[in-house]
Amino acid sequence: MAMEKDKHYLIGVFSDHDDLLHGIEDMRAKGVKIYEVYSPYPVHGLEHALGYKRSWMPRAAFAFGALGTTLAITMQVYMMAIDWPMIIGGKSYLAVPDFVPVSFEMTVLLAAFGMVGTFLVVRDLKPYKVPRIFDIRATDDKHIVAVDLAANSLSEEQITALFKEAHAEEVYRRDFEEDDKSTSFISYAVDLFTNGVTRSSRIPTHR
Amino acid sequence: MKAEVHHHNIEEHFVFSDTAKKSIFTVLVVGIILFVIGLALLAFGGDAHSHDSHALANNGSDFVTVSESHGHDHAHAYHWTNRLKVTLWHNSVFFIGLTVIGIFFTAIQYAAHAGWSALLKRVPEAFGSFLPYAAVLLIASFAWGYHEIFHWTDASLTDPNSPNYDPIIAGKKGFLNMPFYIARMFIFLIGWYAFYYFLRKHSLAEDLEGGTHRFWKMKVISTLFIIFFAITSSVAAWDWVMSIDTHWFSTMFGWYNFASWFVAGLAAITLAVLYLKDAGYLKAINESHLHDLGKFVFAFSIFWTYIWFGQFLLIYYANIPEETIYFVERLRSDQYAKFIFINLFLNFFFPFLALMTRDAKRKAVILKIVCYAVIIGHWLDFYLMITPGTLKEHGGLGFLEIGLALIYSAMFAYVVAQTLTKAPLIAKNHPMLQESLHHHI
Repeated sequence: MAMEKDKHYLIGVFSDHDDLLHGIEDMRAKGVKIYEVYSPYPVHGLEHALGYKRSWMPRAAFAFGALGTTLAITMQVYMMAIDWPMIIGGKSYLAVPDFVPVSFEMTVLLAAFGMVGTFLVVRDLKPYKVPRIFDIRATDDKHIVAVDLAANSLSEEQITALFKEAHAEEVYRRDFEEDDKSTSFISYAVDLFTNGVTRSSRIPTHR
Repeated sequence: MKAEVHHHNIEEHFVFSDTAKKSIFTVLVVGIILFVIGLALLAFGGDAHSHDSHALANNGSDFVTVSESHGHDHAHAYHWTNRLKVTLWHNSVFFIGLTVIGIFFTAIQYAAHAGWSALLKRVPEAFGSFLPYAAVLLIASFAWGYHEIFHWTDASLTDPNSPNYDPIIAGKKGFLNMPFYIARMFIFLIGWYAFYYFLRKHSLAEDLEGGTHRFWKMKVISTLFIIFFAITSSVAAWDWVMSIDTHWFSTMFGWYNFASWFVAGLAAITLAVLYLKDAGYLKAINESHLHDLGKFVFAFSIFWTYIWFGQFLLIYYANIPEETIYFVERLRSDQYAKFIFINLFLNFFFPFLALMTRDAKRKAVILKIVCYAVIIGHWLDFYLMITPGTLKEHGGLGFLEIGLALIYSAMFAYVVAQTLTKAPLIAKNHPMLQESLHHHI
């Protein structure tokens, strides 16, 4: 039951990461748009080969850190000098050096929490997420390159030929049926509450 | 094949060019001129000024007298040469730090099996060659100025029958006495030099022999040096700097001095690498190496701040008079208070903000500016540790101090450059050279 929303991918399997890196560079040079690469270990230079831009996440980290500093200073000034002024150790109410450790810790805490949250949101990681697994061997010993056919102007045959040229060991097509309604957090929670199972048990187990 | 492509680059011999010599001599001449002007001003016209500042300093603080309440001031009548003695000591301590940090940096690369730095290792290694000169300067300034710099060297302080008897200093006599102090000084200097000598010997032998045999030897020497330096850097800090304020002590002081030396040394190594690159050497050093050096300077600026603030906060919070006196003498003094804030700005806020981004650490211009700021900042840091306790209200920061610092810098740069000419600029048989050539982060 093929639907308009269904996704069609061409999968290339590589064993050697040098083949992978050079293959990706060649294919991109010939106009293939690569959807994603899955590899069992970090491959040095892969982001470069894929042409990824620098991440904006350090800026988010700075923003969360600065928020932490601001909140910590505001909190301490309000508590120690406005709401309930107290003399501690003979210091003035606004004993700024005393505020430094707390401000530092709050900066680190908010930067860390903020980055975990940002990462979860950006990567769309959630407990009820049904991951799209292209090839389970990516967790073992193969590098998996996925090409979204809809996003490419080249035909399936042309891309297959390019994959072969780049020394892909195996090239095959993979289709994913899309759910009509994607799971919401509420339906996940109801499901969990009534059945005690999560939808992650529905992970496909191909190959 | 890639290795061969790089191969023709790595045979580099540093030639100490006339241009480089000229710039070093320019710094030296400017230094000497400033120094002589400073001396002349001090010897013939300094008196009126010092009386002014005396009055100002006393307005600022009533607490300063606490540490001097034992009535032995008469032994320390101020003479204008005191300032010369103190600034000689200050520069000797600072520059011996830069020198020994060169050895320490080399040692940590070997102990940690660091591959990225293999290309630039001759630079910190060459820093060690200034050690004999720095040691002579240190010993000479101690021999000439110990009485004015170190209060505790006055024998009458530990004599119970003397009117000057100081029970606190007498209690420290077991550690702070001349024979033991001088013995320690020689142990540090000879020990550091011995480690430098063997590291350098194996490093040069490796150039000729190849193989990993020398590498493993250097690893053992480096590890032993790190242990030796961990202890001696702390004790040297107590001896050479902390004992100036004899009544006062801080358990953080060894770390604090080490942190100051280390970040200044890292900045000096980075600057030396950048200048060598500017002169067309170290072609294989890429942005990734600079990025790593930048990270070192960035990280250890924060480390220094952490130690500085750790020492300050505990003293501030506990508020015990015999501890707070150290900061009272500095923060409540009209001459020294401003330097505390300049110090914090140059050594923390500026490097922290300027080197925070990845791009900044990869740009030679920004790195250079920050490294200069950090070196000047830590020179000031040592100024703040040494001057208030020795010269009190007579201290100053003028032509004399700046001139002498320039003279020391020129000597340091000259000796290091001279050493660089004596060996290939890149250790071509370093076992991890390939890792360094392909360094990419």
